[in-house]
Amino acid sequence: MTEIRQRLLRNAIGPMVPLTAVLLALIIGAFMVLAFGGDPIEGYRAMFSGAFGGWDELSETTLRATPLLLVGVGICIAFRSSVINIGGEGQIIAGALLCTTIVLVLPDLPRPVLLPLALLGGAVGGAFWGWMPGMLKAYAAVNEILSTIMLNIVAGYLMQFLLLGPMKDRQSEELGDIAQTERLSENAKLPTLLEGTQFNLGIVVAVLAAIVGFVLLWRTSLGFEMRAVGGNQIAAQYAGMRVKRNIVLALTFSGMMSGLAGAVLVLSSTAHRLSVESGPSGFTQLAGFNGIVAALFGALHPLWTIPASFLFGGLLVGAFALQRAVQVATPLVVALSGLVVVFVVSSESIVTRAREWAERVSQIAKGGSSSGNEPSTPLGATDPGSPRAPDSASEPESTQTPETSSETIVT
Amino acid sequence: MNLLAIVDFSVVEIFAARSGWSGFFTLSTLVVTIAATIRLATPFVIASVGESVGQRSGVLNLGVDGVMLLGAFGAYYTTLETGSPWLGLAVGTGVGAVMGLVYAFITVTLHAQQGISGIGIYLFGLGMSDLLFRQLVGTPKPIGGFEGLFEFSVPETRFDVAYPDLYNHSILVYMAFLLVPAVTLLVNRTTFGMNVRAVGETPEAADSLGVSVTRTRYSTIIIANSLAGVAGAALALEKGIFIQNITNGMGFIAVALVYFGAWRPIGVMAGSLLFGLVNALVLQWKTLGIISGATAQLAEMAPAAVTIIALVVVTNRIGQPSALTQPFRRGAH
Repeated sequence: MTEIRQRLLRNAIGPMVPLTAVLLALIIGAFMVLAFGGDPIEGYRAMFSGAFGGWDELSETTLRATPLLLVGVGICIAFRSSVINIGGEGQIIAGALLCTTIVLVLPDLPRPVLLPLALLGGAVGGAFWGWMPGMLKAYAAVNEILSTIMLNIVAGYLMQFLLLGPMKDRQSEELGDIAQTERLSENAKLPTLLEGTQFNLGIVVAVLAAIVGFVLLWRTSLGFEMRAVGGNQIAAQYAGMRVKRNIVLALTFSGMMSGLAGAVLVLSSTAHRLSVESGPSGFTQLAGFNGIVAALFGALHPLWTIPASFLFGGLLVGAFALQRAVQVATPLVVALSGLVVVFVVSSESIVTRAREWAERVSQIAKGGSSSGNEPSTPLGATDPGSPRAPDSASEPESTQTPETSSETIVT
Repeated sequence: MNLLAIVDFSVVEIFAARSGWSGFFTLSTLVVTIAATIRLATPFVIASVGESVGQRSGVLNLGVDGVMLLGAFGAYYTTLETGSPWLGLAVGTGVGAVMGLVYAFITVTLHAQQGISGIGIYLFGLGMSDLLFRQLVGTPKPIGGFEGLFEFSVPETRFDVAYPDLYNHSILVYMAFLLVPAVTLLVNRTTFGMNVRAVGETPEAADSLGVSVTRTRYSTIIIANSLAGVAGAALALEKGIFIQNITNGMGFIAVALVYFGAWRPIGVMAGSLLFGLVNALVLQWKTLGIISGATAQLAEMAPAAVTIIALVVVTNRIGQPSALTQPFRRGAH
């Protein structure tokens, strides 16, 4: 019994981290609202009802959560494998571009053929954009953080080039340099699930992707290898795992998910076309970065990322209601999401200490026997001195906190 | 996406007089290109030379872009309210220093993973600067930045007088390029610099010899972030305006430039000038009608693509600080 209680107490700390982080961020947000002369209670109430208060609001939130979830699942896969994929933005764009190209070239295919093909195109485009930094990291020792950031920039300009050049809408030519494609084929529209609302097939795709991500990471030997490589490359190599292949795969899968997000963004857009009028980040809605926030809030677990994306999407949608209610502008939520990331990431040493404390409490409850059976923190998270693989240029020091915290949810 | 959309009207005016390639191959165009290169490279130089100091001590800061945005807003708002760009610069620097203190606490004291916490700082800076701008200013109002140091009204008789564009930059530009030798000296020729390098290579050894890893890294992070704040301030003062996401990812490029320049200020400066040159050329070619709007996008892609290639070359040939991104805990070995 004490064994179970000990485990419960220890595991309870894991999911607490993201929740505490969000709560802390919201409290700081309340002070910011107060500082700008608004009533935080009123603001947050408006925010909540603006995000979840009715069918319209819920469908808006769902629409916003879909790309976050897809990117977030990709982030889970990458971060679990100790690959820091910052390239969500670029991978979304690459997916959107390939998806749009397919729809533009084959507009007359029937919907049951065209739609899966378009989504597949998105996945392939994103996967390719993730495969590149994967190969660079595995075989040329290029830090994936930097290569993915550079590929974001490349993708952004590539999109603007294509939308101003080869893919430009010929009909709006006389309107000047509008960077957008023509209206896409109706056969490529994501079908709505409920008549009269904006719920569409995208969220189904995203939830399925989350399940696939979970199965991949925890129910296949490939996922086991990827996580093992993420935990300790040297040990994984000794165990006969192909480290380089796993790094490439992790980034490819991660990019694939973001690419799907790009396809969904295009196919569910209200104008039903790929447009970059407000810049590349206007198209992606910064989902490449916000997906990281959602994934961290979901404790880097694909299934927990589902509710996390909804909540975070809700915050982004509700920000407009908050702005109307208390005249505090929407970027507040962007700033708060940054704080969430900072809090989650910097909680490691605090969590470690809390764990030790929980351990001691349960030991006392048990009768003070020595703790010889304490499993070491998974995947070497508390071991900064672990030897680094010779081929990894700045290897991030394993997946730290979220790793530790959510391992418990899973096993 | 256009970094240059709101700057360099002067350049545009000069180009507008001619068009096509014939307009490009003239002395005055060459001069203006060089001048624009230097001016556009300035924020990159400041931010990336600063970031190189942080990385030499083993700390990667991906949040440079966010800190630049906060510094830019701080400088813009202060200048708008007081009319003094010097005060604006000071506030921009101070904002950077505070962010540095926060980042040092997160990564050094709390041992947080550096790549991801940098993204947190970026999002915070992106949201916060935009929020403050919308709450406190609302609509973009222009501010007066620094004047050029050498205004000439002398008849155009000699080359140096005829082309004051070459050196008639604001004092910020001069300070930026003076940073390069200054930081080189600091890192290579002072006790502090030696500590920085030791802490970046083998923190355990440095610690055992009595060098405080914590104190050294706190100092370098604060220096790096202060300079990121200055870079943002320079951007806002040069453009004379603040807009949402004014940096447009420059901070991320600055981080990559540190790798590009192999952690040496002189190399970092070379990379910055390359970015400045491409930006200047694209602006000119567009104005001269040599390339279309679409092709210009391809040209602007070039520096990022070149950086990726440079990363392949640099990471394979030149050693980065061994302890880069590795938090230090005493006795962890």
